[in-house]
Amino acid sequence: MAYQAPLAKVRGLGSAKSGTAHWWMQRVTAFALVPLTFWLLSFLTMGLNAPYQETLVWLAEPVHTVAIVAWLLLACYHGALGLQVVIEDYAGENIKIIAVWAVNLSFLLLALAAVIAVLRIVLAG
Amino acid sequence: MAEFTLPKNSRLIKGETFNAPEVAVNVRNFEVYRWDPESGENPRVDVYQLDMDSCGPMVLDAILKIKNEVDSSLAFRRSCREGVCGSCAMNINGKNTLACTKAIDSYSGTIKIFPLPHMQVVKDLVPDMTHFYAQYASIKPWLETQTPAPADSERLQSKEDRAKLDGLYDCVLCACCSTSCPSYWWNSERYLGPAVLLQAYRWLVDSRDENTGERLDELEDPFKLYRCHTIMNCTDTCPKGLNPAKAIAETKKMLLQRQQG
Repeated sequence: MAYQAPLAKVRGLGSAKSGTAHWWMQRVTAFALVPLTFWLLSFLTMGLNAPYQETLVWLAEPVHTVAIVAWLLLACYHGALGLQVVIEDYAGENIKIIAVWAVNLSFLLLALAAVIAVLRIVLAG
Repeated sequence: MAEFTLPKNSRLIKGETFNAPEVAVNVRNFEVYRWDPESGENPRVDVYQLDMDSCGPMVLDAILKIKNEVDSSLAFRRSCREGVCGSCAMNINGKNTLACTKAIDSYSGTIKIFPLPHMQVVKDLVPDMTHFYAQYASIKPWLETQTPAPADSERLQSKEDRAKLDGLYDCVLCACCSTSCPSYWWNSERYLGPAVLLQAYRWLVDSRDENTGERLDELEDPFKLYRCHTIMNCTDTCPKGLNPAKAIAETKKMLLQRQQG
């Protein structure tokens, strides 16, 4: 039983003075991912149908490399932003911060691994 | 935090059935949520069969008929009976609305009447609005200025600026929208909810208010404002036909404009 006025409960710790950047970046990344998905689909089609060497030549084209790396970075960023919102919506207070940072660090690792993988096969020729 | 099942003592059980008088020919069934905090029993659903030939046209008329003629123990709020006080907000056939402006004829078959969803129940159809009203108070719903009021006149406002308040000042704070919002169900301790955010926007766009920046500061928070995911239940359910989702979107635009021009 806590003796606290209703207004005290509502005012709580006050405003975090953040949230706009998170909300806006989720929309910007979503928008940017739309054209980049064209390259992703081309890459996936080649990966499934064309021989390795041919796919490698396609991927080594500078424009294609940049587009695929950009897709990877933006998709991981977008994914982390989105999952954070899901966690904030549904997770309990005591696990919220751990869950959010587990997601953020996982996506960072995923982005690193994916970008390095692309660079390795492109640079190895 | 999200809770997807009802606690044991909140699960519904079958209640009593009150039959219509035998002479009645035009009978409708009303299933009404009943809970008495003093009984120690689970909430139940009572069935009232009402003679529509001696009942007014609105759902509130049916509820009043139950109270007056069948079962005086039924608790509910009502006042103006014309949609301007917001007291009789309840969940009718799965949708939040005002019982006084909703016609019985707009439904077919049995009419199910429940209190506003995901609120603590005081008794029967009466939800505890304490937290909702405290949230309203927290956005300072009054004019805040630095400039002293003119000595010999009121603070002036152009017709165009006054028009910006249309669709905002009309809100009667019935809480139909907030209690229809999943974000508000899961996070009402921190999320202000559509009704209060619409009111906050009403003061953000008031041309006479001079604390717009401070108001935006207070709202810029992942929980107070950004739990809104444009689900749009608020706009869908508003019995006054207002658009809280738009007011929230406009508030987000103002915050973005402040940062990135």
